[in-house]
Amino acid sequence: MNVLEINNVTKRFGNLVAVRDVSLMVAPGELCAIIGPNGAGKTTFFNLISGYFPPTAGSIVFDGQDITRLATHERVVRGMARTFQITEIFPELNVFENVRIAAEVSSGYRLRPWINRTEAAQVHQHVEETLKLVGLETKTDRLVGELAHGDQRAAEIAMALALKPHLLLLDEPTAGMGDQETYQITQLIRRLHRDSNYTIVLIEHDMRVVFHLADRICVLDQGKMLAQGTPQEIAANETVQAAYLGHAA
Amino acid sequence: MNAEQIRKLIVLMAIWAALLLAPYWMAPLGGYTALATRVLVLGLAAMSLNFLLGFTGVLSFGHAAYFGLGAYGAGLTLKFLVLSTPLALVAGMLLGGICGAILGLLIVRRRGVYFAMVTIAFGQVFYYIAFQWSSLTGGDDGLRGFSRQPIDFGLFKLDILTSADNFYYFVLFCFALAVSAMGFILRSPFGRTMIAIRENERRSRFLGIPVERHIWIAFTLSCFFMGFAGALYALVNNFADPRGLHYSQSGDFVMMAVMGGMRSFWGPLLGATVFVVLQDYLSSVTVNWMSFVGLLFVLVVLFFPRGLLGFFQRSKA
Repeated sequence: MNVLEINNVTKRFGNLVAVRDVSLMVAPGELCAIIGPNGAGKTTFFNLISGYFPPTAGSIVFDGQDITRLATHERVVRGMARTFQITEIFPELNVFENVRIAAEVSSGYRLRPWINRTEAAQVHQHVEETLKLVGLETKTDRLVGELAHGDQRAAEIAMALALKPHLLLLDEPTAGMGDQETYQITQLIRRLHRDSNYTIVLIEHDMRVVFHLADRICVLDQGKMLAQGTPQEIAANETVQAAYLGHAA
Repeated sequence: MNAEQIRKLIVLMAIWAALLLAPYWMAPLGGYTALATRVLVLGLAAMSLNFLLGFTGVLSFGHAAYFGLGAYGAGLTLKFLVLSTPLALVAGMLLGGICGAILGLLIVRRRGVYFAMVTIAFGQVFYYIAFQWSSLTGGDDGLRGFSRQPIDFGLFKLDILTSADNFYYFVLFCFALAVSAMGFILRSPFGRTMIAIRENERRSRFLGIPVERHIWIAFTLSCFFMGFAGALYALVNNFADPRGLHYSQSGDFVMMAVMGGMRSFWGPLLGATVFVVLQDYLSSVTVNWMSFVGLLFVLVVLFFPRGLLGFFQRSKA
């Protein structure tokens, strides 16, 4: 069974059709990259998947359940986590506190007026393991707002991972980064995919990152799905080259 | 225990020591016990508002409504239902809290300036009800004809009507209960979701927090605390006044919270202390006392945007 099935999704804003009749299937453990020129509708497509707004038409099935009309937080509870192009964090809290909120929510404690020592210890351990996975274990007491951009992005990914997701949506994880930070984040995503077997859908502009990581690439152009295939197939696709890679070359 | 924790413990002990000994150190400084009681009650109200404003990040400009409802709830209970101070307090708290819970369902759908405007509008509804319904509330003259009753412990009764010190310690006990509950909630997983919403609503939503529901719970809890403070205020004066529901009173609470430091737990108490003491002193000197308090408020906002306590904390750091 596919983790994610998007069937003929369309999103209209007045007369503008931002996403037009797009379908996408994501298998367990797969890393699917979505590419496309600016204004292709990539982030709108992500917003539809994560429930930021509902589609005008079409359906979204996640883990076998129709989630088309579910609110964002209900999708998160079902195992969907996302990061943003512009990092969304709690800047005045430290790294540990940022991830602890996610860990407590994923443990079902969000309405609890208190948790016992065992529960607190489990949350603590979960946070520490997650921070170690993203390489922030030595910066736990630093304010997230004061971290370097790459570390902020890693903290945001840690918050998403602390939710124990079945599907990780990463919106331009290397946006605004230098070469060194891009390399670190790419390695992190690679570890999450190869070693921890996370199912990941990511939007990315940097073609080096896309071709290095992706099992499958989907190309959006003017809201439509232009092509889907392996990195080799996409690289050889003349329509894609004309619409996107051709401009970049 | 690290240095930061020790420092916090010392500050906490100093605050409680100052509150416990207030009747003894206020008199030599020109104050009086009833003034300290007013500080406690209005401080609790400002802290209740700040529970929402400072820790969830939503600004209510109509919280006086729940303060005033608490006052009327306590007053009406003592006047018409039962001569019991504890029951009057519970009734006031319930009236403020339940009305807050019901209206909160509508209010939490809005954000920012719209949230503030809706809270003002609902607050003014209660003000005009209290103002117009003279047969029950006393209208513009306020609700009179009740007084706080001795606390019956079975073996003895504590006179809180004639003894200012006894009443102060009774109010301090109530204050301690309420702020302990607030502190407990803020340190809980739920409290951390409140702070998450304040810090970044979008991220909170994408962490699986149903933001509107959590703001509603925070709003409701805040209204319960506010109702409790209002009930105590009715006992302070043996009187409930429609102006206690008015949006200008809400503005005073916001001013206390912001002036003291809305990001700190104790900041609003400091703000209330400055406000009440200045009001008490300046109003005996000039009828335009509010101009001076307003000037101080402007100076604090301009030069200490994190409030007085926020400034002190930052200076130490």
